[in-house]
Amino acid sequence: MPTVNMNVNGEAVSGEVEARTLLVQFLREHLRLTGTHVGCDTSQCGACVVHVNGVSAKSCTMLAVQCEGADIATVEGLADGDVLHPMQEAFRDNHGLQCGFCTPGMIMSALDLANRNSAPSEQDVREWLEGNICRCTGYHNIVKAIMAGARAMAAGQGG
Amino acid sequence: MPKDGIGASVKRKEDYRFITGQGAYTDDIDRPGQSYAVFVRSPHAHARIASVDTGAAAAMPGVVKVLTGADYAADGLGGLPCGWQVTGKDGPMVEPAHPPLAADRVRHVGDQVAVVIAASAAEARDAAEAVAVEYEPLPAAASIEAALAGGAPQVHDEAPGNLCYDWEIGDKADVDAAFAGAHHVTRIELVNNRLVPNAMEPRAAVAEYDRATREYTLYTTSQNPHVIRLLMGAFVLQLPEHRLRVVAPDVGGGFGSKIFHYAEEAILTWAAGKVARPIKWTAERAESFVTDAHGRDHVTVAELALDADGRFLGLKVDTRANMGAYLSTFAPCVPTYLYATLLAGQYTTPNIWCGVRAVFTHTVPVDAYRGAGRPEATFVVERIVETAARETGIDPAELRRRNFVPPDAFPYQTPVALVYDSGDYEGTLAAALASADYDGFAARRAEAEARGKLRGIGLSAYIEACGIAPSAVVGALGARAGLYECGEVRVHPTGSVTFFTGTHSHGQGHETTFAQIVADRLGVDIDAVEVVHGDTAKIPFGMGTYGSRSLAVGGSALSRALDKIETKAKRIAAHLMEASEADIEFADGQFTVAGTDRSVGFGDVALTAYVPHNYPIEELEPGLDETAFYDPLNFTFPAGCHVCEVEVDPETGAVEIVNFAASDDFGNIINPMIVEGQVHGGIVQGVGQALLEGCVYDDEGQLATGSYMDYAMPRADDVPSFTVSTRTTPCPHNPLGAKGCGEAGAIAAPAAVMNAVHDALGSRGVSRIDMPATPARVWQALNAA
Amino acid sequence: MHDFTYHAAGSVADAAARVAAGEDAVLMAGGMTLLPTLKQRLAQPSDVVDLGGVAGLSGIEVSGGAVTVGAMTVHDAVATSPEVAAAIPALAAVAGHIGDPQVRNRGTIGGSIANNDPAADYPAALVGLGATVCTDRREIAADDFFTGMFETALDEGEIVTSVRFPAPEAAAYMKFPNPASRYAIVGVFVARTGGGVRVAVTGAAAGVYRETAMEAALAADFAPAALEGMTASADDLNEDIHASAEYRAHLVGVMARRAVAACGTGAVSGTGAVSG
Repeated sequence: MPTVNMNVNGEAVSGEVEARTLLVQFLREHLRLTGTHVGCDTSQCGACVVHVNGVSAKSCTMLAVQCEGADIATVEGLADGDVLHPMQEAFRDNHGLQCGFCTPGMIMSALDLANRNSAPSEQDVREWLEGNICRCTGYHNIVKAIMAGARAMAAGQGG
Repeated sequence: MPKDGIGASVKRKEDYRFITGQGAYTDDIDRPGQSYAVFVRSPHAHARIASVDTGAAAAMPGVVKVLTGADYAADGLGGLPCGWQVTGKDGPMVEPAHPPLAADRVRHVGDQVAVVIAASAAEARDAAEAVAVEYEPLPAAASIEAALAGGAPQVHDEAPGNLCYDWEIGDKADVDAAFAGAHHVTRIELVNNRLVPNAMEPRAAVAEYDRATREYTLYTTSQNPHVIRLLMGAFVLQLPEHRLRVVAPDVGGGFGSKIFHYAEEAILTWAAGKVARPIKWTAERAESFVTDAHGRDHVTVAELALDADGRFLGLKVDTRANMGAYLSTFAPCVPTYLYATLLAGQYTTPNIWCGVRAVFTHTVPVDAYRGAGRPEATFVVERIVETAARETGIDPAELRRRNFVPPDAFPYQTPVALVYDSGDYEGTLAAALASADYDGFAARRAEAEARGKLRGIGLSAYIEACGIAPSAVVGALGARAGLYECGEVRVHPTGSVTFFTGTHSHGQGHETTFAQIVADRLGVDIDAVEVVHGDTAKIPFGMGTYGSRSLAVGGSALSRALDKIETKAKRIAAHLMEASEADIEFADGQFTVAGTDRSVGFGDVALTAYVPHNYPIEELEPGLDETAFYDPLNFTFPAGCHVCEVEVDPETGAVEIVNFAASDDFGNIINPMIVEGQVHGGIVQGVGQALLEGCVYDDEGQLATGSYMDYAMPRADDVPSFTVSTRTTPCPHNPLGAKGCGEAGAIAAPAAVMNAVHDALGSRGVSRIDMPATPARVWQALNAA
Repeated sequence: MHDFTYHAAGSVADAAARVAAGEDAVLMAGGMTLLPTLKQRLAQPSDVVDLGGVAGLSGIEVSGGAVTVGAMTVHDAVATSPEVAAAIPALAAVAGHIGDPQVRNRGTIGGSIANNDPAADYPAALVGLGATVCTDRREIAADDFFTGMFETALDEGEIVTSVRFPAPEAAAYMKFPNPASRYAIVGVFVARTGGGVRVAVTGAAAGVYRETAMEAALAADFAPAALEGMTASADDLNEDIHASAEYRAHLVGVMARRAVAACGTGAVSGTGAVSG
């Protein structure tokens, strides 16, 4: 079986995997990072979104072996101990989650947007979320959360 | 009131683990030595199973066991039970057997035929492909229409004409008399489109068997673990409760689809005993589409009789409802007691009759999905009222006002069995119209027209029966279980509190809402309250979460348990302060002797209960731990009005929701932030039904919408933000005055959206368009008009 | 997914050699279509040859009035490139409306056109702009490249290396998305070039094609009014649960008119994801 090496949330990891092992399977089953979820088989729901080399990607549509040498960031790596990332905080403050299943993917997707656009409009956020489905919230509070989170990130960097 | 008590928008206690990726959903659970199950499923809607050859599969790498329907039958175990028996005009419903693994016939695409258990999920899947099933395909009846046609293929031999039951409610003769005297009759035909619930977490289960204790444990994606234990233990696998533990950990949404006892739960538990190692199964989304119970799927003709002043005289409704291939757990009650009994809506219609024919088809079973019967009823009532308004020339809001049950008429007995407890329908209508700027609509329509867009506005004045349910009432109607709720309040020696509830939270925020009630009542900090749910080994009993029941019924059980805690604590406090129990007052966490400054804190009383050195031991047990069961006296009746405004692009048929306002009466509210979130989510599921979602089977019974490539789920750019507000008339018959809020959006929104679409298209001569009103359908309707 | 042997190709030649050596080998670019196909077990290749690590296949170059996009350039890079936005804004707009942000971060132009999904966006841009596909063996005009549903002029083992787009005088793309998959039910790319007007349609038929009658009408008068009342012929158009052939034929006319109007504004708006 191939061996794959990558950097996950700042830590070097490696594992022996079948070539067909998806990145999400490697994260969940080999590394036990179960915050990244699988909600569909057709690359649409976005519950599996992580960052690969700094941008968001669907970990259900990548092979683990494609990530040789890559930097991977998952929801587990965002908080600094008990101190939440501003985007996590914004989701809590704005009730941007209910069952929580889509939430890690939503947050990781939102961070990619915030990195590109520090003050997204409601329309920017709604269009950006094309690849993330939530069945609970009706998106209303997710949109609010992402707008607030992006601004909080920008403010944090400025100060 | 403590700052985090009743009425405060407390940030949710459960969020930390979800936003940090530390939720523990069923698929996140790994047990030592775990193996993996993959089910072999029928590719045919209807076929005879000629043979199943597992030899090649059993020999594949990693395979632990392959089990078939014949193996299950050989063990003499039970079929999946139905929890409700509806009695129709001709006697009890037809209730065919529902084997968890089909042995001789398959009746829908996805019906399970065998299960492969292997060391890894990939090996199980590889081996499942090697199970050779020889099918003899048979003709299928994949729709209500096809199943009721003469000579239709029979789903079950014991259900001639594919009829499960033919049921009615109301006095037909009285209704006919009312129609005879009518000034105007409005008639509509409509379809309540079939939906796939699509909780984002696919169903999953992990089962294990401990040979030492002979105890089975099932982790499962359930809204009601005790119900699963009861059904699976008592009816399917014949296991006593003390040797069967069912755990529903973090569950990623349910919307009804995770109420039911599914074959995979029973098969995994059964198989875990055979292979003596834990087994995990996780549905792929494609599998969810063909195994999760679907929702809605009604075809209805309705007629409304009005007098010359627009007052409703009578309503006649004829509905055919799809049950799918087998009766799912609650299926028979959905188009009857959760539907026809709601057809009075918010109105004083004096005569109502409804007939319902429930039909078997070669499709996935249909059961409760968010709202369950009540969205269907609201759609019938609010579509026909809107149509009547158009036909009579009376403003839709005014026509509703003329027929509302007035605020002083409660309790109000409808002609279809229910007694409404409280409400202010004019109040919610007025509030919703104000939020929507109803009066300014004509100007907005003119402005849209100048841009080439057709603008429409639609109302939906809905009512729902929630707080399910008074056991004696539902028992008389065919429910095979009680529908009370159970709660246990355990005060710990240092004054912190654990609340064990038989309800289950899969997004509703119970860990916060219930903690607020405890904090408010006992005067403890909300961080000192822990809410435990979802484990039959921890919670005395419970009926779970559905039908917007958790607060109205589960919260009432909590309230009763807190009553008992307070009563006992007062006796302890009286002893400590050497006062009469009758003189003890309790507020803000302090027990005080009335009229004095003598007081003792809740924490001291708790400690005394567990360290009873100074204690009335002769008359009182130590400890402070109370359980209460609460059986509601009536349903609760949340109601309100939703107003939707749309713009249609006549060139493409695309419908855009440009404004949506809601005013809801949920009774007393514990956490307004959570309530608003529930409304938002419900609205979007309703918008999904109205504009996007439609489950399509082809004539052969193949599911044409079997993935997100073809089944359109609402996304963020399909909907706007919403304006929601609440107006409260407390529920008069439960201790919290709460009515429930979980389903309102999904119940109200479809009619509001579709009334707006019809309003927009009316000027172009379109009189009927079915849900989902996709661009293609709208364009076609505009072309045909 | 069935297991396979994975190869991280080091160069185009290496990739070609590995594909040739495999019993039933496939190339993988971004994997946005290949991996879902493998997950559904709809294909069972012996070998997957990954182009992800091949140097020199990714990048955007603007010179001599043309934009050249490396085959492994992801959609997001094209969508956000200031050079593309300056030279052919409609091309940036097309790339910015493919799939969703995560697909755009991984999906590549080479993978998209080699797959030739009949509802994909890029083929409309290539045909609409009269682009040239460069492979490891030759150059192929876009008009000749897309040969049918999921079929191209590529020979066995031939590898796309880049696509060269001549800058038009004006261009725009209008897409009417499928509400579920968000692929195009109909997408129309209109370009006015020195060599004439091109109207390329995706989503409507078995593959991308040109609406020659519309091109002729627009050659005479490049204005939405020139297309008034024109639709595509419904013969041979796709029919599925989302849209009838007649509806698609109608939408081709609507999207074409809107694309022409978008060209006319000067500020080419690209797709504008027409939903309202």
